[in-house]
Amino acid sequence: MKILVVDDEPDVRVLFEQRFRREIRSGEFHFSFAYSGEEALTFLRDHPSEVVLILSDINMPGMSGLELLRHVKTDPLPPPPPRVMMLTAYGDEGTQHEAERLGADDFLTKPVDFTALREKLHEIENT
Amino acid sequence: MATPTALGLMYWGRKTLQLPERLPAYDRWLRQLWKPAVAVMALGLLGGGRVADWLDDFFLAAVLVLGVFICWQLRTYRPALLVGIGLLPYAVAQLLELLLRLVAPDWMKRQGGLDNVDGLCFMWMGIIFFIARSQHKTQQAEQAHRLAAEQEQRSIESQTQTLEYEVGQRTAALSRQTNELRATLQELQATQDQLIQREKMASLGELTAGIAHEIQNPLNFVNNFADVSAELVAELAEERARPQRDADLEAELLADLRQNLQRISQHGKRASGIVRGMLAHSRQGSGERQPVDVNALCDEYLRLAYHGLRAKDKAFNATLDTNFASGLPPVEAVAGDLGRVLLNLLTNAFYAVQKRQQQGAELGYQPTVRVATAAGHDEVLITVQDNGIGMSADVLQKLFQPFFTTKPVGEGTGLGLSLAHDIITKGHGGTLEVASQVGEGTTFSIQLPQ
Repeated sequence: MKILVVDDEPDVRVLFEQRFRREIRSGEFHFSFAYSGEEALTFLRDHPSEVVLILSDINMPGMSGLELLRHVKTDPLPPPPPRVMMLTAYGDEGTQHEAERLGADDFLTKPVDFTALREKLHEIENT
Repeated sequence: MATPTALGLMYWGRKTLQLPERLPAYDRWLRQLWKPAVAVMALGLLGGGRVADWLDDFFLAAVLVLGVFICWQLRTYRPALLVGIGLLPYAVAQLLELLLRLVAPDWMKRQGGLDNVDGLCFMWMGIIFFIARSQHKTQQAEQAHRLAAEQEQRSIESQTQTLEYEVGQRTAALSRQTNELRATLQELQATQDQLIQREKMASLGELTAGIAHEIQNPLNFVNNFADVSAELVAELAEERARPQRDADLEAELLADLRQNLQRISQHGKRASGIVRGMLAHSRQGSGERQPVDVNALCDEYLRLAYHGLRAKDKAFNATLDTNFASGLPPVEAVAGDLGRVLLNLLTNAFYAVQKRQQQGAELGYQPTVRVATAAGHDEVLITVQDNGIGMSADVLQKLFQPFFTTKPVGEGTGLGLSLAHDIITKGHGGTLEVASQVGEGTTFSIQLPQ
């Protein structure tokens, strides 16, 4: 399963690569990383129909995660449209509602509970 | 003829010299003088003749001599002395005349100059009289003068007393006023200090939410990397327990562990840095200028301001746009103070775009706050731009005045921009300018010498 992780913090990549090392090693998951909303969109256009899931931070300079969400859900992209899960420190209701309104498939707060995330990813994989 | 004169003289003398009070004994005898006077006068009327004349003159001479004698008794009384001196020649003349008439009557008849003597005596009396009168007048004048002087003195004294009293009253009133003013001044200074402190606290409060968020970020990494390192250690132990150990895997795991520890340390330091920054902000301005990386400062405070506002208003969102010039030279500045200025400008920018959004902005309105840096000739430029509600020319004029604010009561102290202006211009020798258009947005420009 190809997953795109969007976060402006570079260490997020290291964290994911270590936390999911077994899955990466076994080829179950494949992670790509973008450090901004713009970069993510460029990646999606360059790799059409590859990414199944996008895990995005909300607070980023430039294009915010919610902006990216809107683009992903409304821009014409080759199908299938990827799922989008928001990962953010702002776990408040307002932000959550906004994300839902824009079509987010899930909403996770930081610090990320990687065990729960792993379960969700497995769920998605198995559907 | 002489006797009535003598009587008249005697009564005049008694009154003038105040004999009843001064010589009561003498006065009693004098009062009896009218008896011999009447006798002499009767004699003259009845018989006349030389004896009667002589007695008549004798009476006068006797009265005169008596008068001189009395005056001598009263010589300490100035008027008496003068009267005595006046009468003396006449008295002597009369006495001599009488004696001569008695002793050498024929020789007397031949003397024609007797009248001259009398005349001289009268002249003398006249002179003394005038002297006495003039002396009396002088004395009266002096007395009047003295009385007037005394009165003036008294009135001056009373005026002085009144003045002193009034001065005392005024001084007391002024002292009271001064004390009241001093107390009011102290109160005002205390209030001013309180307000400045409140402004600092307010901006610190805004920071706290932002800082809490900012610290949480690196702390998350610290926790996550610690957790994942524990996993790696478990995996390593597992591998070591195997009969066939994969050396490459073990090497990889160890390398990862080493890097993780480095990252933990790094993120921990990041958190410390943020705390340090917050402390620098709350400190009372140490005043020490250090070389400051303006780009990093702007970035840090942009995020802090944004998170600070979001912590208060969860629904708020804005686009943060940064345009940091590369290779920007460091600026000699007090980082905490400069940060406070940035925080204030950014908070205002966020407030402005939020207000525009709340007031029902047009469709597609994207609240944006842009921070840009640039290198000038020998200065560094920082601009904070927003597309919020903007400010009118009236507001712009008063913008940097202390206690001026457009926020509703209780929301702003009105000191933020005034302090910011002071920090930039007085503290760092730079300039702080503003340009704005109502309904369009505002741009603040900071210029700092390198």
